Amino acid sequence: MKAITVNNIVKTYTTKKETILAVDDVSFSVEEGEIFGLIGPDGAGKTSIFRILTTLLLADSGSANILGFDVVKNFKEIRDIIGYMPGRFSLYQDLTVEENLEFFATIFNTTIEENYNLVADIYKQLEPFKTRRAGKLSGGMKQKLALSCALIHKPKILFLDEPTTGVDPVSRKELWEMLKRLKAQGITILVSTPYMDEAKLCDRIALMQKGKILQIDTPQNVVNEFGKKLYAVRSENMFPLLMDLREFPQTENCFAFGDKHHLTLKEETFDISELEKHLITRGHSNLTIKKIEPEIEDCFMQLMKAHPNDE
Amino acid sequence: MKQLLTFIRKEFHHILRDTRTMMVLLGLPIVQLLIFGFAITNETRNSNIAILDNAKDEVTQKIISRMESSRYFDIDRSLTSNQQIESAFKTGKIKLAVVFQQNFQNELAHANKAQIQLIADATDPNQATTLVNYASSIIMDYQSELNQQNNLPYTINTEMRMLYNPELKGAYSSVPGVMGMILLLISTMMTSISIVREKEMGTMEILLVSPMKPMLVILSKAIPYFIVSLVNIATILLLSVFVLGMPIQGSIFLLIAVTILYLLCALSLGLLISTVTNSQLAAMLISLLGLLLPVVMLSGYAFPIANMPLPLQVISNIVPAKWYIIMVKSVMIKGMGFAGIWKESLIIIGMTFFFLFISVKRFKVRL
Repeated sequence: MKAITVNNIVKTYTTKKETILAVDDVSFSVEEGEIFGLIGPDGAGKTSIFRILTTLLLADSGSANILGFDVVKNFKEIRDIIGYMPGRFSLYQDLTVEENLEFFATIFNTTIEENYNLVADIYKQLEPFKTRRAGKLSGGMKQKLALSCALIHKPKILFLDEPTTGVDPVSRKELWEMLKRLKAQGITILVSTPYMDEAKLCDRIALMQKGKILQIDTPQNVVNEFGKKLYAVRSENMFPLLMDLREFPQTENCFAFGDKHHLTLKEETFDISELEKHLITRGHSNLTIKKIEPEIEDCFMQLMKAHPNDE
Repeated sequence: MKQLLTFIRKEFHHILRDTRTMMVLLGLPIVQLLIFGFAITNETRNSNIAILDNAKDEVTQKIISRMESSRYFDIDRSLTSNQQIESAFKTGKIKLAVVFQQNFQNELAHANKAQIQLIADATDPNQATTLVNYASSIIMDYQSELNQQNNLPYTINTEMRMLYNPELKGAYSSVPGVMGMILLLISTMMTSISIVREKEMGTMEILLVSPMKPMLVILSKAIPYFIVSLVNIATILLLSVFVLGMPIQGSIFLLIAVTILYLLCALSLGLLISTVTNSQLAAMLISLLGLLLPVVMLSGYAFPIANMPLPLQVISNIVPAKWYIIMVKSVMIKGMGFAGIWKESLIIIGMTFFFLFISVKRFKVRL
């Protein structure tokens, strides 16, 4: 059986002024024991999908089921078997770390002792602060506590909505390692993130934009399908460089990418040294042009270009 | 069951850790009662009044000596003319002036009619009315005695009776009012705010995605505030008996039973508010404007219902506090039993079920 099946889900929000299409005919499925990532910027519709799957929202049309339970008809059964960590920190800020965990253990009909081994890795880091109020924890600590609380009842499927947003790089790494270990225990994980670099840590990913899924595949296949040579270009003056690169007739796409500009060309056979000469005549110094392997973000940018109607 | 207990304990953590709110919750009834019962009281004692006796005969002397012996007035007899009255008012020396007409006794004896003018300083209208009432009731007393002795219809007999509270004690009207107001405020506002807070903080999202039944969530929200309200009832009753000197005439158990009934009504109203609002601010505004105002204005606590225009009189019927205040007055002041208040009890019970029915219908198991 599939852990999660989503068929043609559509969700709109109606305000007085306008109707917003948040989820636009989305279908995907998640295998049991898989880490499935919804990757996309803010407003891509990730949270809406999470809320529909966790039975908190009703879709306008389409259907979805969790381990065979329909999200509308069998919402009570689903609430027993899933763990959910909302995107916003949603614990009691005026309760201590320990009280929060105890509270969530109890309302899920279990105890901390019973499932301690599940949360032990994370909770050990929190234990020195267990008498501290949750509101006084750092961002990373808060997310670790929230994850512990979502896990304490040993859910079959874990829904993590942007668990690493607002978390320092070290804690992000720790959280992802934690997810790997949970996967090893047989827990299916649906996770969303706006960080493209986290995509490769998932088994499979769905790239989302404006309520639509652009592509579903393993991170490796997504990268393989890029199918173009990709160059990283940098020089002393990055902003004029971007302008010049975009004006260059052979340029197909050029995006600012951290401290480099990523560039694809219209003709694969084009001699890249021509570009170097051109840029030097434009007065760029310390110029480096290097061929690189594409990353998920490059693929995402390419896919977004391929769906201009969604812009 | 364990879920419920843990949840209730969690709610108490919320209440107890927010010291400022807790102080308000427990201190508010005390402050309110003392302010309304003591400081802002309609009861006036030892007010300075002046008497201009233009007759100086036997009857006027008798009336004056009666006023003198009452503890409401300190009398200044030194006035001899109307001009002096005016200056006495202007300097604020007196609050009330009693003016006897000339030949008072003669007029009374022969024309069966005599006039006393009561002039009050109406810069404080409440106090003025009260003083005029005091004075005229003393005069009426004397007059009715006179009529009994002589079997003659001296003057027009205006009957003024102050049933149950002949001394117009402030506490008699403020205690039931404060009870009606405080209980509604704490139970309704705090319950609705604490439920809405879970929505606002996002914790409702997790609670909904848990096996815990929504009704259980709500029950565990209501119970702590129920207990806080019971503490408040105890302080209010103790204060009113021992500090304000207002005895409980009827059965204290009946009074408590009636109060618990009203509490349940207030809690279910809070629940109803929480199902229609999504922010703590909205819940508070609805509670304050939608409840506190009608309670103060329409429950008969501040203004007598009989004096209101008809539409407001009709609207006052849907204010639960109106019925509760009637019950408290009946039991606490008039000493009536259940037979005297069964109708009001039924109305409160009916309202409670109505609020509960709507809230259960409206409660969302989703966002």
